[in-house]
Amino acid sequence: MVSDNETQDRIVNLELELLLQAIQQQYDYDFREYSRAHVKRRVLHYLNANGIPHISELQHRLLTDEQCFRKLLKELSINVTEMFRNPSFYKTIREKVVGLLKTYPFLKIWHAGCATGEEVYSFAILLKEEGLYDRTQIYATDFNGDVIKKAKTGSFSIRNIRDYTSNYQQSGGKESFSDYYHATDNRVLFDKSLSKNIVFAEHNLVSDGVFSEVNMVISRNVLIYFNRELQNRVLNLMDRSLVTGGFLGLGSKETIMFSDIAAKYKAVDSKERIFKKIHV
Amino acid sequence: MSNQKTYEAIVMGTSAGGLSALKKMLPGFPADFPCPVLVVQHISPQSDSYLIKMLDELCPMKVKEAVDTEQIESGTIYFAPPDYHLLVETDRSMSLTVDEKVNYSRPSIDVLFETAAEAYGENLIGIILTGANADGAVGLLKIKNYGGYTMVQDPNDAENAVMPEKAMRMVLPDQVLTIDEMVPFLLKMNYHASEKESPDQVDQGKNSKKDNSDPG
Ligand SMILES: C[S@@+](CC[C@H](N)C(=O)[O-])C[C@H]1O[C@@H](n2cnc3c(N)ncnc32)[C@H](O)[C@@H]1O
Repeated sequence: MVSDNETQDRIVNLELELLLQAIQQQYDYDFREYSRAHVKRRVLHYLNANGIPHISELQHRLLTDEQCFRKLLKELSINVTEMFRNPSFYKTIREKVVGLLKTYPFLKIWHAGCATGEEVYSFAILLKEEGLYDRTQIYATDFNGDVIKKAKTGSFSIRNIRDYTSNYQQSGGKESFSDYYHATDNRVLFDKSLSKNIVFAEHNLVSDGVFSEVNMVISRNVLIYFNRELQNRVLNLMDRSLVTGGFLGLGSKETIMFSDIAAKYKAVDSKERIFKKIHV
Repeated sequence: MSNQKTYEAIVMGTSAGGLSALKKMLPGFPADFPCPVLVVQHISPQSDSYLIKMLDELCPMKVKEAVDTEQIESGTIYFAPPDYHLLVETDRSMSLTVDEKVNYSRPSIDVLFETAAEAYGENLIGIILTGANADGAVGLLKIKNYGGYTMVQDPNDAENAVMPEKAMRMVLPDQVLTIDEMVPFLLKMNYHASEKESPDQVDQGKNSKKDNSDPG
């Protein structure tokens, strides 16, 4: 029995495929190898929220109106983030990675998919407390230019500060968290001494190139949005950016296991998804 | 049961009271149960993998946390990891995301049910168990609309009746059962579908996970 729903679904899936193709050709953002179930949910949510009846109608609007595309990009790039998200990740970095980073006179660290920057400022605090900040150049990138602009300001809503303070303490923080920011009515502004070595830039992991000679790549909760083939390609890009002996830190449900770089790495801590590149 | 369809997967959702319900129910599935089972239970983001280890010990079926991009396999019960949504792709692999909470929940039952409905269509069974909020009701409706089979735990039997009641307000379920009735019913339903397997063969599953497995 072919239900109406099935026919309907087939059409929606076809329209979605065409939409992603159109976006790729017009705007150079390629979502075709993202988790399709995820992309579909977001696109349909966008249609609903904006009272647009069909994907093909959305396609026409997008092609003729860049603003409309920007709004959909926001819907598709999930900028959900936190400071010291998964505190045990940061704790493990302090315990198992920092000692090795200290053997380098100069460090480059790349945060790929940094969203509004909470993770980057968290890491900057860690580096400062471990005496590594002054020798480190930090690149923080995301494919959504709007979040990069926000990240640059170093200003965050005060709403989450209590949770962040607790995260910071669990992550092995050594100081008083409030020393790092200046609070106004409803926002906190992080100290300029944390951002002075950070370069925020737009970079698309799907279509842009490598960074050279990086000692550590941190990319958390970005790969999960990609299908397995794309994860493999992006992991290869990260691998080409890393020096031998460098570190790769992923999100708590991400892995290199299914990729063809797996054999070059050994786990520093498999639960925290921290890997060390041991072969060229 | 006039239903001769072959079901390809079961999705389940629960929150408050879920642990004891799952502990009662999941060990009843034999090792060679023909469908994979995907479960969203609302749990705190910090919870460790203790629950899964414990259930894996108790269950003849393999119990594990869902892994991003992994293919869904029968004989396995998958749990959405704490703080991640679990989605089913049309190629029957799993995806995880950290998207905003849905119905104040991550993982959300609706997210699993809606994507599973699209992937499995009419060959899906959706089950809502005990729980304290409305998550899952919309998802169950979608399963129904796609021709799938819907079941809800009898609110009188549920530790917390809110979730079953919300689901029943949204959908007229195909079955309302107590926890103890669920698995026997599902066994009949699924072994009925494929002629060669009958419920009495269940206990002799050749690829039984544990030698001394006793589905009791
Ligand atoms: C869920 S956030 C993770 C933020 C942060 N890393 C964390 O774990 O808290 C995922 C981020 O990946 C970015 N992203 C998605 N696709 C990307 C791509 N192709 N290139 C670069 N960034 C991407 C999104 O814009 C979003 O900010």
